[in-house]
Amino acid sequence: MSAIPTMSLLLPAMSLWRREMVRFVRQRSRVIGALGTPFVFWLLIGSGLRNSFQGAGVARPTMDFLEYSFPGTLVLIVLFTAIFSTYSVIEDRREGFLQAVIAAPAPRMAIVLGNVMGSTTLAVIQAMLFLLLAPLSGIPLTIGSVLTLAVVLTIVGMGLSALGFLIAWPMDSTQGFHAVMNLFLIPMWLLSGAFFPASGASRWLTWVMTVNPLTYGVAAVRHALYIGRENATTAPSLTISIAVTIGFALVMIVLAGRVAAAKG
Amino acid sequence: MAAESIVEVASLTHRYGDRVALEGVTLNVDRGAIFALLGPNGSGKTTLFKILTTLLRPTSGTARVAGRDVVAERDRVRGRIGIVFQKPSLDGKLTVLENLTHQGHLYGLWGRELRRRGEEVLEQFCLTDRASDRVETLSGGLQRRVELAKGLLHKPEVLILDEPSTGLDPGARADLMAHLRELRDRHGVTSLLTTHLMDDADRCDCVGILDGGRLVTLGTPAALKTTIGKDVVTINGGNPASLAARANEKFVCKAEVVDGSVRIERERGHEFVPQLIEAFPGEIDSVTVGKPTLDDVFLRQTGHRLWMGGGT
Repeated sequence: MSAIPTMSLLLPAMSLWRREMVRFVRQRSRVIGALGTPFVFWLLIGSGLRNSFQGAGVARPTMDFLEYSFPGTLVLIVLFTAIFSTYSVIEDRREGFLQAVIAAPAPRMAIVLGNVMGSTTLAVIQAMLFLLLAPLSGIPLTIGSVLTLAVVLTIVGMGLSALGFLIAWPMDSTQGFHAVMNLFLIPMWLLSGAFFPASGASRWLTWVMTVNPLTYGVAAVRHALYIGRENATTAPSLTISIAVTIGFALVMIVLAGRVAAAKG
Repeated sequence: MAAESIVEVASLTHRYGDRVALEGVTLNVDRGAIFALLGPNGSGKTTLFKILTTLLRPTSGTARVAGRDVVAERDRVRGRIGIVFQKPSLDGKLTVLENLTHQGHLYGLWGRELRRRGEEVLEQFCLTDRASDRVETLSGGLQRRVELAKGLLHKPEVLILDEPSTGLDPGARADLMAHLRELRDRHGVTSLLTTHLMDDADRCDCVGILDGGRLVTLGTPAALKTTIGKDVVTINGGNPASLAARANEKFVCKAEVVDGSVRIERERGHEFVPQLIEAFPGEIDSVTVGKPTLDDVFLRQTGHRLWMGGGT
């Protein structure tokens, strides 16, 4: 046992993170699933709605839907990767790998952090790859915007991964996870301003979007994408968006740690 | 010779809701022994395994492993025991060495110490040349050896194994017992295993028989078998029930029908066989005479065969 307390947390966490990386590289289909789906989604829906989209509530009336939905698609990639990664928690439990992790003296928070760091890393790498397409949708990239995005997407990724972990940890079957994904995670994304702005929506939808923490994640990504240039969104502000996103990530990680300690 | 106890279980009871899985189990395991918990499915042995490996809190009673309480000092117990699960716990996508390295990190091992221990266990289980193979490409017997190596990486004092011979062919099972003996003799490691197989239990130093959540008897396999004392004569033939009834009448013995055969416990069984055959000409297909087995002990203690399932 290490004498340094941080070591007893970081050593197992880093080991779990590394395992996620190795497994991801050895399972190519996951790369396609996480990157391909949002790309197709963005291209087909974005192109289809391109002309019918009215830029209400958007700062620049000339903005088309491909451009409008680009930040949301980045968040969708992060969400999908987080879902796929936390899905593996259920598989690890079913296949038996997790039983040895649970029976080890490593702190439960190490299991949470290893998982969250693993899926966040994969999510950010894939989102950054997708970012290369930004100029195609009329968003020029600068060094400043790319770096800011990397930071913002990391925070968004940690929150969503911890949320996924929180849902997946108590589950014994993957069917339940699909239900939660369809009924909760996807609507959470749809109502985050990723797909349509709050200002054009009905009153109750606007209210849901205001309390949806992911609204602030999408807003933060949107701000980051246009950093140092004309602002392309109305509300909420960058400071509020970042603050809520960090707060959400912290709360999710703490809750995930609690859940992991409660079972096993 | 009074040996030190490394596992001390006292009045252990566990309930899943209304169902009683363990009831008032008390037993000690000597340091350096190979101890088998023998029982049918549903006898409570997996529940006991889970409690001893800190994965389940008992409803009442206490359990101490390596001098630590499994509830109050959970993490300390965890660091001192090695676990081999019934279900594989390896990551098939990782290599043998990657699995071991990961396990080491979970137990706080790293750097040179981890590398050294990794090499040691690989060598101990003749896995050195498979170190960079992915686990999913290995045979079941080899995977079980990796599980053992993984469980022993952090030098535990006690190795706890749940149904370790499940899915292994007879050769690999003998191999497993040989490894446990070597661990006992060369490293002083205590092994505690659950099993539903008599011959596994027979190869251990001490056996505790569980049935319906209770510990029915405890002792060395030899001592348990001498409690039966007599030979066991088993007769296969046309009508077991009538055969048993008539044998009881004629020879004043306690003939019973067990699993479609007539079973008689009797001193000097070999002298009894010719009498039986003469008494029931043409009715007997085969007669076997054997020394009592742990199955006979189980039958005596519980009133049913191990394989008929104990239930609760």
